[in-house]
Amino acid sequence: MKSKIIEPIEGIFREVFDDPNLKISEKTHSADVPGWDSLAHMSLVTSIERHFGIRFALGELQDLKNVGEMMALIEKKQ
Amino acid sequence: MFSLPDDSNDFILKKRALRRQLLSDANSIFVPKRIAILGGSTTHEFKDCLELYLLECGIKADFYQSEFDKYYEDSVFSNSELNAFDPELVILFISVANIKCWPGVRNSKEEVEQIASAEIKRYRTCWDKLFDRFSCPIVQNNFELPSYRILGNADCTDHRGGVRFVNTLNNKMAEEAGSSSGIYIHDLCYDAACYGLDRWHDRAAWHSYKLAFKIEATPFVAKSMANQISALFGRTRKCLVLDLDNTIWGGVIGDDGLGGIRLGPETAEGAAYIEFQQYIYQLHERGVLLAVCSKNENHNALSGLRHPEGVIRPENFACIIANWESKSDNIKKIAQSLNIGLDSLVFVDDNPVERDIVRKFNPQVVVPEVGDRVEEYRMKIDRAGYFDTLSVLDEDVNRTRMYIENSKREVLAGSFDSYDDYLASLQMEAEIAPFREEYYDRIHQLINKTNQFNLTSKRCSREDVVGWSLDPEKITIFARLADKFGDNGLTSVVIANIKGVVATVDLWLMSCRVIKRGLEFAMMEVLLRECNDRGLIELRATYKKSQKNIMVQNLLKDLGFSLQLKHEVGDTDWRLLISDEIRPPIHKIKVNP
Repeated sequence: MKSKIIEPIEGIFREVFDDPNLKISEKTHSADVPGWDSLAHMSLVTSIERHFGIRFALGELQDLKNVGEMMALIEKKQ
Repeated sequence: MFSLPDDSNDFILKKRALRRQLLSDANSIFVPKRIAILGGSTTHEFKDCLELYLLECGIKADFYQSEFDKYYEDSVFSNSELNAFDPELVILFISVANIKCWPGVRNSKEEVEQIASAEIKRYRTCWDKLFDRFSCPIVQNNFELPSYRILGNADCTDHRGGVRFVNTLNNKMAEEAGSSSGIYIHDLCYDAACYGLDRWHDRAAWHSYKLAFKIEATPFVAKSMANQISALFGRTRKCLVLDLDNTIWGGVIGDDGLGGIRLGPETAEGAAYIEFQQYIYQLHERGVLLAVCSKNENHNALSGLRHPEGVIRPENFACIIANWESKSDNIKKIAQSLNIGLDSLVFVDDNPVERDIVRKFNPQVVVPEVGDRVEEYRMKIDRAGYFDTLSVLDEDVNRTRMYIENSKREVLAGSFDSYDDYLASLQMEAEIAPFREEYYDRIHQLINKTNQFNLTSKRCSREDVVGWSLDPEKITIFARLADKFGDNGLTSVVIANIKGVVATVDLWLMSCRVIKRGLEFAMMEVLLRECNDRGLIELRATYKKSQKNIMVQNLLKDLGFSLQLKHEVGDTDWRLLISDEIRPPIHKIKVNP
């Protein structure tokens, strides 16, 4: 299941950071990706919400600083 | 040419790549501009989107952004970083979230009025302080309607209502901006209405990121503001080029005939074409040039434009090209005949193949994806903001008329073997007479703005013009020229000083609008007659060389003067002995008929 959703997430990351070779894993943290600031975070969250047809709750947004947590939340909401 | 996606989600997802692509377009030349965004909300996303749309318009902006909600502080108090940035444009990016004080249910009408005035005064202060420091234009958002109505429908009528309050603020702000120069209101209220208020307001985006509206609305707002900024920097389009069949009427005039095309209120389709023609006519009236580029027989095109139910007429077009040549070539001809760049054109055609061809071969021409549904053309052209304008001046309306007349003259000129035949065919008539009070303003304006056809480049005050007109030792002559295409107005002025039996030309100039019509010869004829009547025996004149008046270095020779002296700086002295033998110069103008 997890491997299925990491692919589109990686695609979104590549678009947002304009880097076709960017690799991400469950362990990727915001500090690991150059340019992952609050602005890029906004674009990531918006694009992920749209792709998976979900909405994150206000309380969930602050903690979404690594890919593993993102994936867990997406799965929970799908 | 690279163009930005319409889908706002794509836009936000891919903006880094889009930026890279726009900047790498080898054909683009960018004008640099320094733009300060002083925001009442987080403006980074907006800045990113605005940057892309400005690049698309050929503007490469450097940005300064205020800290969140520090627009007032940055405007009113000195800020060394902003001072050093020295903006060429300031955007006050505020929204309904920045209204400091709302009316309460206990406020009287007078109190609400005071609250509204105080709110607007805050922006007035920002504008004044910013203008003092930077003397640059300011674009200021107005307020969008609020997301809820505590009084329900009464919110728009009761003086304590939020909707009424926002409307009041917007009206006051429009008045305040209208009475000062350099302040341009960005109609955020209209943006939000177009986008849909319920989609627009996003409280999660506000609480999480302090965004004024839903993040997906950002490209839409940025596009709308980029159009306004383009207009500010004089980069909007000037001319709407239209296909005919299935674009401004339904059907094909060559096949269906005048009676067969759909245009008129009887059918839904015909009514939609009328509506589109009305929109085009309104654009024409406010100064947008119109042209036809159609694959048609010329006579069929013209008969369609004279359809009894039609709104736009052949005479509303600055240029009509209907033939079977390629549209990309014909569009070049249109630009040439109007003497404007291809980058001033917008081409509208229902046929996707023609749109593609024009895009491919004339990449500077903008070709909107209007689709093939006539009822949507108006909205698609309007939203794209190609013809965004700061305000409408009388000159705009007249400019269209002059372009149209001039291009008619050019078409006519092409059909004659000799230029003299062409001039004769224009049926020109001129009024050439001493200065009169009703023309003092125009004469003053002309003297101070004419650079090219100007013998001495002398400038003056309006009082000078009045003084000279009343001075018996001066000969003053103005000329108005009209022809069969229209009136060019007052376009030429000559002044000479009399001393004894000698008159010396002090000033001789002409607007470029009427160059090469022989008007200078008609004026010379009148000047010579005037000298004769006054018993003068000699005319003197000097060509004073300037940066821009090479055009008239041989004027005096052409008028029959003989060269006396060449000065080192390029000035030349001339004279002409007045006698009965002098034959007046030849021209094709009927003087004072």
